[in-house]
Amino acid sequence: MFKKIALGAAVAFGLAGGAYAAGGGGHVENFDFPFDGPFGTYDTNQLQRGLQIYTEVCSACHGLKFVPLRTLADEGGPHLPEDQVRAYSEQFEVFDPELDDMRPGKPVDHFPVSALENAPDLSLMAKARAGFHGPYNLGINQLMNGIGGPEYIATLLISYEDAPSCAPADFPGHYNTAFTAGGYPEECKDEDGHHMYPGSWIAMAQPLSGEDVEFADGHSNELHHEAQDVAAFLMWTAEPKLSQRKQAGFVGVVFLTLLSVLLYLTNKRIWAPVKKKYKRKD
Amino acid sequence: MSGIPHDHYEPKTGGEKWLHSRLPVVGLLYDTLMIPTPKNLNWMWIWGIVLVFCLVLQIVTGIVLVMHYTPHVDMAFASVEHIMRDVNGGYMLRYLHANGASLFFVAVYAHIFRGLYYGSYKAPREITWIIGMLIYLLMMATGFMGYVLPWGQMSFWGATVITGLFGAIPFIGEGLQTFLLGGPAVDNATLNRFFSLHYLLPFLIAGLVIVHVWAFHSTGNNNPTGVDVRKGSKEEAEKDTLPFWPYFVIKDLFALAVILVVFFAVVGFMPNYLGHPDNYLEANPLSTPAHIVPEWYFLPFYAILRAFTSEVWVVQIASFVTGGIIDAKFFGVLAMFGAIAVMALVPWLDTSSVRSGRYRPMFKMWFALLVVDFLALMWLGSMPAEEPYASFSLIASAYWFAYFLIILPLLGVIEKPDAQPATIEDDFAAKVAKTGSAKADAASQPAE
Repeated sequence: MFKKIALGAAVAFGLAGGAYAAGGGGHVENFDFPFDGPFGTYDTNQLQRGLQIYTEVCSACHGLKFVPLRTLADEGGPHLPEDQVRAYSEQFEVFDPELDDMRPGKPVDHFPVSALENAPDLSLMAKARAGFHGPYNLGINQLMNGIGGPEYIATLLISYEDAPSCAPADFPGHYNTAFTAGGYPEECKDEDGHHMYPGSWIAMAQPLSGEDVEFADGHSNELHHEAQDVAAFLMWTAEPKLSQRKQAGFVGVVFLTLLSVLLYLTNKRIWAPVKKKYKRKD
Repeated sequence: MSGIPHDHYEPKTGGEKWLHSRLPVVGLLYDTLMIPTPKNLNWMWIWGIVLVFCLVLQIVTGIVLVMHYTPHVDMAFASVEHIMRDVNGGYMLRYLHANGASLFFVAVYAHIFRGLYYGSYKAPREITWIIGMLIYLLMMATGFMGYVLPWGQMSFWGATVITGLFGAIPFIGEGLQTFLLGGPAVDNATLNRFFSLHYLLPFLIAGLVIVHVWAFHSTGNNNPTGVDVRKGSKEEAEKDTLPFWPYFVIKDLFALAVILVVFFAVVGFMPNYLGHPDNYLEANPLSTPAHIVPEWYFLPFYAILRAFTSEVWVVQIASFVTGGIIDAKFFGVLAMFGAIAVMALVPWLDTSSVRSGRYRPMFKMWFALLVVDFLALMWLGSMPAEEPYASFSLIASAYWFAYFLIILPLLGVIEKPDAQPATIEDDFAAKVAKTGSAKADAASQPAE
């Protein structure tokens, strides 16, 4: 039955199968993010640049429905001043059930939902995709690099390429070497049904091509940098409490290590007289 | 309480006597905490306290999570995000609860395999073992239903697949599945009843834990030698045992603290390591994930479930003999539950008169293979249902059944056990002598 469900899904999605369990399928570049590793935290400037890219490019189709606008002011997050958050919120039209009418957005509201029906909500995308996930990876790898969600997003954004010549010109979607869950033309498979080219065809047209936004601080707006900045921003929307969590984890580890040492010494002392008796006997 | 002679609580002051004659609760606590415990317990005897900690952690974090969670298909996913973003410390509560389940299962598997190696299931501890198996079954039910509550993609499709197992039962299956789901498919009714049961079952587990502890307090603990405590007199018993408090409480707490260091590192630095990324996508009945994978702790039994396809001759014979009533689907379900059933029946399948695996040279090798087999099944359960994994799964499943149904009964007859120490005290004395310098005493004795 599982086979049937999995098979049905594979056929439905035009998958060759094995993508997830085999560890992601497409190649995911390991970007260096400031929040990697046990002590990594978000870079406020990077999140603000990512927010700008999201606002000017992504938000045309995608939404962030789980993210409250007020959290843009959070320390450890984009950390915008309160008045900027208010001004930012006002660009959205929100339906207010009390007024029974539309009104400008306020910081207590959430980001709008996706404008385009088939554009997925991006709030949690950085946790719902796993570039490095899979049984082959040891825990220590994940500890240092995370599960690879933001890396996957950034890789996807820089992996648009001209479609291979085998594909029919009217094949729906856009060729992306990092995206494995999309459609794949029969013409580009060899006689065994194996894909001759990496990746697959994704519905989303290439959103970033470099120099799409102008950063106020003059930071580089090359494609590679833009992709990385917006991926970092989406990691923040997915896991806004990352810094607090790591701090709590660190405190927990330190205190419990201390407690372990104390309990070790206590245990040793309690057992010493019991064991001494048998040592003397020998 | 225990059959081992030891001091009992004696009320001294007038107040103590007054209370003791009306409600001997202090005496109960005293006898429970001061139970004579074999001196020679090794570091595999610490998992019980880890498990108690896990149960308390899960109940406490769970009760607080419920204060902020909404069991409705339209709101459940958003309410979990509300917990992660808006509730004070909510992200920590949820990550503790989610990873707490994993720690719970790590501990229970270590606990079960310790019992299997040292023969803790053998007479007179069969009841302790059976209660333990019931607790394990309830844990699996609770863990499964808890995974459904966030209403992500794996929640929804996991629920669809697992309740589908009951649908495979001939004649009554379909009705049973509808009864479990509260409708024709996984929907709001399913989410609500799973939520209700996920809250209820941990308290049943807590009740069974008390019976579990009561049972082995009546028989006394097993120990790495499997040799019984001498019960002739109090003096004799005291040579073999020490009171649980403080000797074993402190030892167990030390082990718990070390385990919690690792646990907090996982919660703090990689809390989503053991989860499936698809569960951060809201449940969508119209979109089936490419691979439906259960939580890691179900993977060994999931592998057994999938191993028996219609191409396997055993399945074909069963189907032929029963006139098609047992098809491959139902056979898989029977195999999965059978795999747990044979483990539960191990007290009557193991024919050896020697309790501890330490003195059984042949058993040791087969047992080691069983541990490897279990880990292999866990890995195979995470692989797609295709070759070569399907064949490996079949071989690994066959070994699981062979161990319990063929190897254990035969070993008792053909194996020549090694000499056992006369008393627990002898074993303890030998261990102390062997560890030599006082420095190494309290440090890690090998976990056998």
